[in-house]
Amino acid sequence: MFELVFFSLLNGLVFGMLLFMLSSGLTLIFGMMGVLNFAHAAFYMLGAYFAYTLTGYLGFWPALVIAPLLVGVVGALVERHGLRRVHRFGHVAELIFTFGLAVLIEEIVQAVWGRAAKSYEVPELLDFPLFRLFSTSFPAFKAFMLLVSVGIFVLLFLVLTRTRAGLIIQASLTHPSMVGMLGHNVPRVFMAVFGLGSALAGLAGVIAGPVLGTFPGMAQVLGSIVFVVVVIGGLGSLTGAFVASLLIGILQTFAVALNYTLTDLATALGIGLSAQSAFADLWTVTIAQIAPIMPYLLLILVLIVRPMGLFGTRET
Amino acid sequence: MSIVAAPAARRWGLCLAVVVVLVALPHLFGSPIAIAVMNKMGIAIIFALSYNMMLGQGGMLSFGHAVYFGLGGFIAMHALNRLAGGPWAPPVPLLPLVGGLAGLGFGALFGSFSTTRAGTVFAMISLGIVELVASSSLILKGFFGGEEGISGNRTKGLVLWGIRFASDVQVYYLIAFWTVVATGLMYAFSRTPVGRMANAVRDNPERAEFVGYSQRWVRFVSFCAAGFFAGIAGGLFAVNYEILTEEAVGLARSGNVLLMTYIGGIGYFGGPIIGAVIFTFLESMLSDYTPIWLLYLGILFLATVLFVPTGFAGVLMMHEPARRAGRLHRLALPYLAAAVVGLCAAVGIIGLLEMVHFWSAAAVGRTRMRLFWTMLDIKSVAPWLVFGVLAVGGALALRRVAPRAAAAWNEATYGREDAAR
Repeated sequence: MFELVFFSLLNGLVFGMLLFMLSSGLTLIFGMMGVLNFAHAAFYMLGAYFAYTLTGYLGFWPALVIAPLLVGVVGALVERHGLRRVHRFGHVAELIFTFGLAVLIEEIVQAVWGRAAKSYEVPELLDFPLFRLFSTSFPAFKAFMLLVSVGIFVLLFLVLTRTRAGLIIQASLTHPSMVGMLGHNVPRVFMAVFGLGSALAGLAGVIAGPVLGTFPGMAQVLGSIVFVVVVIGGLGSLTGAFVASLLIGILQTFAVALNYTLTDLATALGIGLSAQSAFADLWTVTIAQIAPIMPYLLLILVLIVRPMGLFGTRET
Repeated sequence: MSIVAAPAARRWGLCLAVVVVLVALPHLFGSPIAIAVMNKMGIAIIFALSYNMMLGQGGMLSFGHAVYFGLGGFIAMHALNRLAGGPWAPPVPLLPLVGGLAGLGFGALFGSFSTTRAGTVFAMISLGIVELVASSSLILKGFFGGEEGISGNRTKGLVLWGIRFASDVQVYYLIAFWTVVATGLMYAFSRTPVGRMANAVRDNPERAEFVGYSQRWVRFVSFCAAGFFAGIAGGLFAVNYEILTEEAVGLARSGNVLLMTYIGGIGYFGGPIIGAVIFTFLESMLSDYTPIWLLYLGILFLATVLFVPTGFAGVLMMHEPARRAGRLHRLALPYLAAAVVGLCAAVGIIGLLEMVHFWSAAAVGRTRMRLFWTMLDIKSVAPWLVFGVLAVGGALALRRVAPRAAAAWNEATYGREDAAR
């Protein structure tokens, strides 16, 4: 039992911090421009594919730096030439634009890299079990993922709170027009933040690609979860994104490890449930099976009960 | 100017013409493929129109409209399978109605909480719902049939007037009938007070509240109606294909209906019809020629969002004043120039994309491919250069030609003097 709890917690932490790398960028972009970027996970996928290709030519370590930068440039270009153009048509048009962009990036990835999963492997230097507890071992690469994401978290925190650029970004979150009046180029700040958020997503893709798989569906698999995270945490709130990332990450990994069903619960309470009825599926599914649904249930609940999320201060 | 008939008479004349065309179509295009494509189109038209009741007329962006389509289809299929042979065997022509009622029921259920808000929150809830239903479709195997879905046999339904729906043409007439009925009903809905209030709530919810309407209730009514018609489309889907998988309730189908509705134009009632026809046509035809047809559809969609947010219908309606003024012919030359240049750019981009795709998809060692009716060697420089020049040159030229076409449109629409002002 301790083994299960320990490793679920550790894996949940790794997954949660990975989610935070995505959700931090997404929530910054939302807070600033009011647009929920549907294509955010697509940038994460681009990061993984760029890194896969670059690894073939340069090796993993240069790819770790170059791929996120490339994704950041793509993101900045998208903001400059796409999003800024549809901005005047309102938020719904922006949402539709980013949705179309997500579809387009997925199709481009399929056209360029093919439909099959790519064998983007963990670099040899990190391909060993870090430690072993009871019968389960913890791979070194996951520790590396945790290290990178915590490092990014600290860096992001310092940049946002301790530097001049960070102050301007924070001010643009709440008072964009006032920041503009003070002589700052707000559109350029928007572009920079969009590029930064995309680069963070790209970095997440680079380090998650070898573990979660590099395939054209990877954006959709993670994309909806990241949405859930930012909505539950509260749109525009970095603290909320952090807490919700860890919450969802740990919840997901724990649920996958549990094999209890409603029938088990009923038996424990002394109620007998028939396995023959038409709804038998409902009480014979295990918690592990409904793990993929839980985030969405949470999402709907939060949106109905508290649309500003856990830490948000305003409604969308 | 020709003699203009009274609007009402003209509307009925249009209806009659549509019916005549629909009856004649299978005789003109009788091949099984053509019938299959037309059946698909009819279903897509109802689905897209129902989607536009929310997006275009109600201002609600949903990422999960396929939920009502799919669930309607599943319930219709279960009704057929469970009741066939018994005293309550449903007649096949009424199965879409079963689907519609199911769509209405689920619309009322999910709409009861998701229509409390509009805008981004509504879109997010719809996303949550579609993910929820799509994920549970793999868990509730009894209802959704798991990975392989559920199938049925439409000839097992109650036979009315000796029509057994054994051939696709009979199904075509059923779909055509429902398409006309559903389109008529949806048009009528857009003219009812609540349909009008949906427009008002879309444009200015606060003022609508001050007039005395609950914005939430207005959205809820539109939502349920949209669910009902999506369910009809789903029921027709069940009758036509006789198989439903979890794909019918999924995010991809929900995204497709957004694509086709938007490409057609959300601002006009007829827009989604155009969009559904174009989308289905491209889907059926392009997929024969290229494996990356979805990429082209994605480009078309994004180009629509960026450059012509009013869609195809909007572009058509843009030329109405010029047509009335009899100045449409003046547009021919500037438009032709833009079209030629645009075609060059398109050929260049398509060529580059196809070659890139071939590079990654072809077996190792194969370097020769067929493109635009010629054989190319992708290892040589020439095709890359030609397509690259076409793409870049075409795009640059389009930037020069497009303003002239726009100026010509201005002049044709407002007259020379007004345009100059």
